[in-house]
Amino acid sequence: MAETKEKQTYQAVIGLEFHVHLATRTKMFCGCRVTYGDPPNTHTCPVCLGHPGALPVLNEKAIELGAMAGIALNCEVADHAVFARKNYFYPDLPKGYQISQFDEPICVGGHIDVPTSDGTVRVGITRLHLEEDAAKNVHVGESGRMHGSTGSLIDFNRGGTPLMEIVTEPDIPTPEAARATANQLKAILQAIGVSEADMEKGQLRCDANVSIRNLDGSFGTKTELKNMNSFRFVEKGIAAELERQREIIEERGRIEQATMHYDPNKDEVYSLRSKEEAHDYRYFPEPDLLPLELSREWIEDKKNRLPELPAEMKKRFVESYGLSDYDAGVLTADRDLAAFYEEVAENADPKQSANWISGDLRALLNEEGIEISDSKVGPKHMIELISLVETDTVSRSAARTVLEHVFESGDAPSSIVERDGLAQTGGDELDGVVEAVIADNPDEAERVRGGDKKVVGFLVGQIMKATRGNADGGQARERLLEKLGS
Amino acid sequence: MDRTMLDLTAYELARKIEARELSAREAAEAANARIDAVEGDINAFVTTTPEIALERADRVDERLKNGGADGVKLWESVPLVVKDVLSTKGTRTTCGSKILEDFTPVYNATALENFGGDLVMVGKANMDEFAMGSSTENSAYGPTRNPWDLDRVPGGSSGGSAAAVAAGEGWWALGTDTGGSVRQPGAFCGMVGLKPTYGRVSRYGLVAFASSLDQIGPMTRDTRDAALLLQAISGHDPNDSTSAKVEVPDYLSTLEDGISGLRVGVVTELMNAEGVESEVKSITEKMARDLEEAGAEVGEASLPHATYGLPAYYIIAPAELSSNLARFDGVRYGKRAEASGVHEMYRRTREEGFGDEAKRRIMLGTYALSSGYYDAYYAQAQKVRTKIIDDFRSAFRDFDVLISPTCPTAAFELGDKVNDPLAMYANDICAVPASLAGVPAISIPGGLSNGLPVGVQLMSDHFTEPTLLRASYAAEKSSDFRFEMKP
Amino acid sequence: MISEEQVRHVANLARLGLTDEEVERMGGQLGAILESIEKIQELDLDNVPPTANPLSLTNVFRPDEPKPELDRDEALASAPAPEDDLFSVPRID
Repeated sequence: MAETKEKQTYQAVIGLEFHVHLATRTKMFCGCRVTYGDPPNTHTCPVCLGHPGALPVLNEKAIELGAMAGIALNCEVADHAVFARKNYFYPDLPKGYQISQFDEPICVGGHIDVPTSDGTVRVGITRLHLEEDAAKNVHVGESGRMHGSTGSLIDFNRGGTPLMEIVTEPDIPTPEAARATANQLKAILQAIGVSEADMEKGQLRCDANVSIRNLDGSFGTKTELKNMNSFRFVEKGIAAELERQREIIEERGRIEQATMHYDPNKDEVYSLRSKEEAHDYRYFPEPDLLPLELSREWIEDKKNRLPELPAEMKKRFVESYGLSDYDAGVLTADRDLAAFYEEVAENADPKQSANWISGDLRALLNEEGIEISDSKVGPKHMIELISLVETDTVSRSAARTVLEHVFESGDAPSSIVERDGLAQTGGDELDGVVEAVIADNPDEAERVRGGDKKVVGFLVGQIMKATRGNADGGQARERLLEKLGS
Repeated sequence: MDRTMLDLTAYELARKIEARELSAREAAEAANARIDAVEGDINAFVTTTPEIALERADRVDERLKNGGADGVKLWESVPLVVKDVLSTKGTRTTCGSKILEDFTPVYNATALENFGGDLVMVGKANMDEFAMGSSTENSAYGPTRNPWDLDRVPGGSSGGSAAAVAAGEGWWALGTDTGGSVRQPGAFCGMVGLKPTYGRVSRYGLVAFASSLDQIGPMTRDTRDAALLLQAISGHDPNDSTSAKVEVPDYLSTLEDGISGLRVGVVTELMNAEGVESEVKSITEKMARDLEEAGAEVGEASLPHATYGLPAYYIIAPAELSSNLARFDGVRYGKRAEASGVHEMYRRTREEGFGDEAKRRIMLGTYALSSGYYDAYYAQAQKVRTKIIDDFRSAFRDFDVLISPTCPTAAFELGDKVNDPLAMYANDICAVPASLAGVPAISIPGGLSNGLPVGVQLMSDHFTEPTLLRASYAAEKSSDFRFEMKP
Repeated sequence: MISEEQVRHVANLARLGLTDEEVERMGGQLGAILESIEKIQELDLDNVPPTANPLSLTNVFRPDEPKPELDRDEALASAPAPEDDLFSVPRID
């Protein structure tokens, strides 16, 4: 008990930093294609290999997508933005500098509203800037030695991919809220089409700055947490880091500024220290590129072209479908799921549709770990299933079983009902079953007639059992009591 | 050897080939033979490419024969010397550095592509390593000698290009100018060196020294050749963001329009700059008078911050360079030193691959950009740059062309300044203001001092090369100096 | 003046190996050069905007259209130590 109490006095301060690949066809500064999983070093040119004399030219689409993302995150799009060189040596960095943005980024000062179990948290966006991704190092020895060498191999296909960095304010109170922030951000970026934001492809990466607030309210020393390759690990990694920091504070130790990595297998964080740590990036304006001057009209045009954002969609779902805040939030957090819902709700009761989709269907998807777009359940299936329940053809519980079968096979609900005999038992058939149960349980039936309601449940259970669940529980109870005259 | 052919200007040669009095092949052969004869003394080239020259000259001749002169641009038939800092597909490009000793590019610089696919290239000219220097002594491939006096430097960094043309190893050359690297060797070797407006000629394929200053420029026997070569290489390039979308005028057509009423300003601060020898000053004054006689209105002009240009330049250029040379890390191309860890590999590769001056400037630039010094050095230098641009802007309200010495002295002796960086840097004092402002500047021979050529610099406003060339042409006409092949 | 320690720090930032003798010489030369550059500090330029590039152009873009790429062999042709279609470097430490 004492421990939990103590734990509550520690206030976490969490900020997130996202790196997002923009959905362009070509790289940030050259015409090489952006690809995933192609053979190494098959998408390069003098520019992205940093050959002597090669020069960068900005991809217009990347600027548009960056600005659109900023607008969607309620940022101010700068009317003057500058690219800068960030100088450091690393084998995945072909020019010895990364072209990035420093003191004049394309977007600053936004926010997103994140639904959490403790209510909505407003998370500030400090800045959004554009840059180029590094190439990919393949460490020899991690995946078995090659030719007896001990080093790294480099694939430049990814090098130069348009990258957007989004930095939040340290406004996030809990690891759970961090995960929700990441989810919300991903939903927004996907909704407006600026990124596919597929973590497995490395299109979305997330780092966290984590600290515990000092007793006097000031910020504690923060650590940077890297290498969290799923949102679940974002939550778990931050929790593990907070736990580590709490232990240090309790032992009256000092938290060192460090870069931590999360090991999901051990559920632990560890510090990775590099020997070459003298960082001084020597930022200066990239002389090979000229400044961006984005006009009000240009920005307005991008704003007008933005599709509906999750927050707006959520509001609409609440207003026009009469959904709860929660259901609307769940449905609009996933662009595809929201589209699926809207198709169903056009042809079925919107609330029922929401219950089925945000409840049963989403549970099945989560269990399998797949997206709605990969599922065999289509909107037509869902519409049919809801109508089967509404017309009392199947019971609600049988309908769940039907959905599971649809999920597995993709067959039509009606044919599953027919095949497996899942149609609801009602009318004369139900009467027959009720009479048979009364006959089989004379003692219990007598007690009910005598006014003892305790055994009603037992008898209803017997009816449900006899119909293999294909009866409506309420209806069965009604008939039973009717027949026993009480 | 056909001395007469070698004595022609590029333009004259082109006209003779066009008229079928000579062939491109004959020209290429003459250049190749001259290279064989004098290269041992001059060392103007890192790499000679006689076969390429002949092969492409044959193709030009073939095209001339088949399509008549229409399909062949006037300049295409004249063999060209290319500074070894321009990327040439299939021909090694060393930038005068050991680190690129065996480096063969996979693409051509845009300026060369603009010249034409059959560019008759006689070789890649020697230069100060990565274009850093004013004497071509900072080359890993040995110093180039001045054809006027083999004990003297040809200037730099485009010293190989200048010496090659001065020695008749080619009719014209491309150099690059960051802080005077076309103009100063042009002056030292008695020829014309033109630095175009920043943005006029694509930098794509020019191995960067200082990106905000670098320009490729013609190094030629006279102004007409400079105009023709500029015509050949200019134009907007979508591969260079800093390439201006400004139409390329016909530079030859206005060359002889005369300078009546042209307002010429003698830049006081540069006439009186530290180290400017009195004879250099008087040669410059004489040219101003010649221009006046030819119809110009001559007055005194002021660029109040001009002498702050040199220190600003020696912050901005090394800063950009320190970053631009970071790509030479032994990973994707170039030399690599063995080491067990990657960072040690970087250090050793760069230690072994770069020469003294490159190291010095990398250090200087890295220092100027580093934490705690940025504002005092780099940011302040960028502000000086703004002031210098303002100075030019206001000077160009009163004058069309500004005149000054190209550099304080004539060619100095080999070994004279190579161990004294500050003395070497001081050579650029008159050249760097135009570089910082991005305005075009040309150096033309004004006369001789102790038997050595002295250059005079003319500058004009952004993209007013026609005016600049017109003034240069007029000055050339009234001067007694004529290009002379040496030795 | 610039100290030996500063020289070593800057050389490390620039990944430039220097011998002890070079460190000493470099310190002196850089010191002298920096001293000559100090001249620009005498100007009061507080309200002057910096110039990064003499061109007054802005918004130079390229359309998002693929362009020809290098063959893999071409890309690797100049590599000092290609391995299995990849560039290789010694251990990253």
